[in-house]
Amino acid sequence: MTAVMSGAANALLGRRGRNVPWHRSLARLVIIAAIAFVIVWVVVLASGTSAGSAVSAPSEFLKSILNALTISGIYFIVASGFTLVFGLMRTVQMAHGSLFLLAGYFALEYQLDFLGVTGTPDRGIVGWGDWWLPLVIGVVIVSGLGLFIQQVFLRWNQGQDLRQALITIAISIVLGDQMIQHFGGVAEPITLTHEIHGYVNFAGIRYGIHQLFVIGMALGVGGGLWLLLKKTRTGMVIRAGVDDTPMVQALGINVQKVFAVAFVLGSALAGLGGVIAGSSVTTLAPGVDGQWLLHSLVVVIIGGMGSLGGAAAGSLLYGLATALAPVYLPTDYAYYSIIATFVILALVLAVRPYGLFGRPA
Amino acid sequence: MSEPLLEISNLDVGYGQAQVLHSVDLRMGQEAVSVIGRNGMGKTTLCNAIMGLLPVMSGSIRFRGIELVGLAPYKVAATGIGYVPQGRRLFTSLTVDEHLAMLARQARGKRWTPTEVYELFPRLAERKKLSATSLSGGEQQMLAIGRALLLNADLMLMDEPSEGLAPTIVEQLVATSRRLVTEGIAVLLVEQNLSVATAIAERQVVMVSGQIETEISSQELLEDADAQRRYLGVESLEDTEA
Ligand SMILES: Nc1ncnc2c1ncn2[C@@H]1O[C@H](COP(=O)(O)OP(=O)(O)OP(=O)(O)O)[C@@H](O)[C@H]1O
Ligand SMILES: [Mg+2]
Repeated sequence: MTAVMSGAANALLGRRGRNVPWHRSLARLVIIAAIAFVIVWVVVLASGTSAGSAVSAPSEFLKSILNALTISGIYFIVASGFTLVFGLMRTVQMAHGSLFLLAGYFALEYQLDFLGVTGTPDRGIVGWGDWWLPLVIGVVIVSGLGLFIQQVFLRWNQGQDLRQALITIAISIVLGDQMIQHFGGVAEPITLTHEIHGYVNFAGIRYGIHQLFVIGMALGVGGGLWLLLKKTRTGMVIRAGVDDTPMVQALGINVQKVFAVAFVLGSALAGLGGVIAGSSVTTLAPGVDGQWLLHSLVVVIIGGMGSLGGAAAGSLLYGLATALAPVYLPTDYAYYSIIATFVILALVLAVRPYGLFGRPA
Repeated sequence: MSEPLLEISNLDVGYGQAQVLHSVDLRMGQEAVSVIGRNGMGKTTLCNAIMGLLPVMSGSIRFRGIELVGLAPYKVAATGIGYVPQGRRLFTSLTVDEHLAMLARQARGKRWTPTEVYELFPRLAERKKLSATSLSGGEQQMLAIGRALLLNADLMLMDEPSEGLAPTIVEQLVATSRRLVTEGIAVLLVEQNLSVATAIAERQVVMVSGQIETEISSQELLEDADAQRRYLGVESLEDTEA
């Protein structure tokens, strides 16, 4: 019975001869069908949705795609830091979202301070320096905090996943409470400078310059990380250390130093993501830390632990799902758009249990 | 014996409560010494203890007068010990070239640089861009040795380098090791292969159940079929023919 189904499924997928279990093949088939359906749906069928089908409302479609790419870019910035720390160095860092939010709050605090205002400022008075200087300050503070967390709590517990998880969860709870204490519980945005906020019209479509800026930042982060990991000695040592830490040490290299650098970098990316997200797609509020930890986890699970390409692919898929589902689900069902994420997770894990680019540890 | 380069005295090492090495003593100068013994006798444990990869219960390991016990592994290596571990332990995510590039900085201007390693092992030069995992067993061993050479160490610590290699590759390994010794690098070799051990080193230190049982010369060992059987578990030719 299984042999027959396996044969049938394999034949359908043209995978004759390859030893793929039938349920995997079936999952592949379901995925191909699902992707085809989603494309057909979005392109022609989606008439009862808020965006309308792509052929009938092409500018709505492009706008949604641009939104998706923007959110994907921010997911990528945050999750690439997470994949560096959690995926590559195998350090369970459940306070990643806290660093994200904390950087955002510090940036906000300094922005308001620089401008001498108390409420959300008018965008017109927010100059270049009123945005990027707070950004740098926020990122530097959480980088330092990340280094502190790693040196004081985590480096003694290498390979002890449960301890690391408990310690970092405790840290995130403490940080969460402290942030409520200091920054309050009211949702507040960081105001993006008017220098990069604005729109251009091109071929009848309105592009948000700030959105392109976020996408550019994500590409820059991705390229920079790729170069770091592939081309520099630090990157080689990080990769080698992930494979066999004691052996790297036995070759005369102080891995702890390199891992500390990687941890700082991971924390900095959480902070960078926090300030950018806080200036564009989210407000800063209690609970946002947990949400973004979850976003990072989802991206890394879809893409595969420790893979930069995986983080990019995962961010893209997740970003497309979160941005397109609300507008391309029938209006009555838009409320259920969150389910799209779980569908993607289930489908990816059914065919690739270690994520798209993952491999067994 | 020449002036001691490495001096191990009264070394006790174990895993948790289980003691594996019992008061090991070993002195060597700028020479080749081989540690032989059957499986599970504690040879790898000794290597890892020297490298600082295992905590030492008691005793001392002095290298060029520096006490190694308690030093972090990277500091041990930096005193001048190149480690070629059992099973090679190459990095699966790195290419051949990256294994060497990673260590190129401190090798600059010294005897062994990546260029020198590629000259010694031309087969590696042809496979620079390949992942280390796609190499044959012999090529992997060359890379493990080449990588350790980049430390430009005074002592090469090699744990069963001939394990799983074809006879022609083993010959090359022997030739390389002997060349290192003539260049002034000391070699502490762990071996179970009688011909490799005796071809590289004159002194044969026998390890039994975590203790140094005895030391004999290569000549003696080669002539004593009984000792070979006892210490290495090899059947001598007469036995198999009988
Ligand atoms: N990680 C470990 N934990 C506990 N015991 C260990 C560990 N590694 C080795 N041992 C024990 O220590 C003893 C010596 O092992 P070791 O690996 O040093 O032997 P060896 O002489 O190198 O053997 P082989 O020739 O098979 O490599 C063995 O009895 C082994 O079971
Ligand atoms: Mg061994």
